[in-house]
Amino acid sequence: MLEINNLHVELEEEDKAILKGVNLSIKAGSVHAIMGPNGSGKSTLAYVLSGKGGYEVTEGSAKLEGVELLDMEPEERAAAGLFLAFQYPVEIPGVGNMTFLRTAVNAQRKARGEEELSAGDFLKVVREKGKALQIGSEMMKRPVNVGFSGGEKKRNEILQMAMLEPKMCILDETDSGLDVDAMKLVSEGVNALRDAGRSFLVITHYQRLLDHIKPDFVHIMANGRIIKTGGPELALEVEQNGYADILTEVA
Amino acid sequence: MAQLQAKQDALSARISGLDLCREGWTASLRADALTRLSAMGLPGKRDEYWRYTDPSSLTAVEAAPAAPFIAADEKMVFSGIDRLRIVFVDGVFDADVSDDLEMAGLEISRLADAADQHWARDVYGVLETQGQTPVQRPLAALNTAFATDGILIRATGQAKMPISLIYLHKSDTSDVILHHCIKVESGAELTILENGPAAARFNSVMEVDVADDGRFHHIRTQGRDHDRRAATHLFGRLGQESSFKSFTLTANGRMTRNEAVIEFTGDDAIAHVAGAAIGDGAFHHDDTVFVTHGAERCESSQVFKKVLKNGAVGVFQGKILVKSNAQKTDGYQISQALLLDGDSQFLAKPELEIYADDVQCSHGSTSGAIDEGALFYLRSRGVPEREAQSLLVLAFLAEALAEIEDEVLAEDVRIGMENWLARHGGA
Repeated sequence: MLEINNLHVELEEEDKAILKGVNLSIKAGSVHAIMGPNGSGKSTLAYVLSGKGGYEVTEGSAKLEGVELLDMEPEERAAAGLFLAFQYPVEIPGVGNMTFLRTAVNAQRKARGEEELSAGDFLKVVREKGKALQIGSEMMKRPVNVGFSGGEKKRNEILQMAMLEPKMCILDETDSGLDVDAMKLVSEGVNALRDAGRSFLVITHYQRLLDHIKPDFVHIMANGRIIKTGGPELALEVEQNGYADILTEVA
Repeated sequence: MAQLQAKQDALSARISGLDLCREGWTASLRADALTRLSAMGLPGKRDEYWRYTDPSSLTAVEAAPAAPFIAADEKMVFSGIDRLRIVFVDGVFDADVSDDLEMAGLEISRLADAADQHWARDVYGVLETQGQTPVQRPLAALNTAFATDGILIRATGQAKMPISLIYLHKSDTSDVILHHCIKVESGAELTILENGPAAARFNSVMEVDVADDGRFHHIRTQGRDHDRRAATHLFGRLGQESSFKSFTLTANGRMTRNEAVIEFTGDDAIAHVAGAAIGDGAFHHDDTVFVTHGAERCESSQVFKKVLKNGAVGVFQGKILVKSNAQKTDGYQISQALLLDGDSQFLAKPELEIYADDVQCSHGSTSGAIDEGALFYLRSRGVPEREAQSLLVLAFLAEALAEIEDEVLAEDVRIGMENWLARHGGA
């Protein structure tokens, strides 16, 4: 599904290397988690894959189903099936949540040569998918993320994911700012989307999210590289001992 | 003195080709206006009130040519609305395409053929005269003196549909002066729609006298001709518990100066003046607003938004004057510009002058670029850059658009904005 090969990335503004040769291969239907200390490059990896500006790729590639992502505009990557659930979802005053979601869904359908959803059909699907995430019509009427609580913002991200039905989902610290109940709700939303044709890359600081969204592989990232890969037990190890042991071991 | 002499000379030249109507009920009112005008002279670019907008193209002897803009693939704004249509072509009333000037609850006549003993003698030039202090508005006095036509409407009841003034522009060199008088009697309600470029150069005055408990709504879209120029004045006088709401959309036009001059004379009245301006390239747009609170517990709001690109210039001069008797005044003013590139400019002069001690007034002015974070968020969801920009631009304009109470009319104006954005590269 996703093949990242020797990816090197610098900040455009300050000539500072953030990613220093990331290699990662994610098969269809699998769930990978990336953990790592602050500043290790986890969020940068998420942003670079989704096409945010301000980064310069100096080497390497990232292919989604064999097609180079790094050559595409952000909207093309989305239409190709990539989705990033933001760590900090952006507030957009003046744009209704419903309008936003419908514009996005139909833009992607159009880009893929599919017919656009009618207002009625769209509404039906949103209602159904929103229900599971406890997102009612009141939240859909409000401007995108404006005045949403931390939990509402993250649930809104998952609703977008559910509506857009991407192939490759990246979750950037989706657990941050969530209480226990909200985390459960969000995780259930994610788990409902698990499918043989859909892969996940879950970036997190804490093992607790991985109790709910069970990964097939766990990677430890430090200083711009993936330094260790293992099964779910690796996350437990981090939870108990911190990163110090792993960092020493690899060094 | 040399400057004053120059102004007088410019005035003589400007009015040399105009006819001062010396007959009928407006004759003395026009003569008075000419006297006022002669004392003021035409505005010059050294005048403080014209600091950000060069008036020379508005005061020149002849109008610079402007070709009509034809968007055959777009419906004209308000075309789907039930309304009474009054059409002017290059300032000349066109009876063939206008509806009959009749509606229950309204008296409608034309300035050019209104009979003597007309009710409008208490309005024509009267609000304009009051609006000349403390700031002079010579182009409005010029209008009162030399207007060739206009519509006079007295509302005594609830108008069942809007009156729609449609200004078509066909001649490249038309130079038009129209003057409208509106009187909304106690308890009556009226909506006026205005649309179209009107002329190569258009000078318009609308005086609106709203009696106690009267309601007045005004929605205007100024035409899309790239080279048209316009100087408009909207005068409002508000009685007790009356309301006055005006919204203007300006898309294109080389030069636009829209002045709104509102005075509260009765307590507990409401006046909202709002505008959205979108300009690409050779576009100079000036909103100049002066609200005088002369009564208690009145609420005024000014909401102006401008989207500018490719060297377009936006100006906002807004003033709230609260007189010493106007306790419990609630005044609000916001002017904001979205600059889509580094070449565009927004110049703002917000002013508050308050003599009462128990009032609430707030004002703000900002200019900034499009929110890159929001743009990326939209694109990451698959919305193409152009479309994402349009969404954000419309969102920016939404606060001004929200000032249109009627949802159907608001939607019509919003479609007009979208069409403009579609033609201008997404934003």
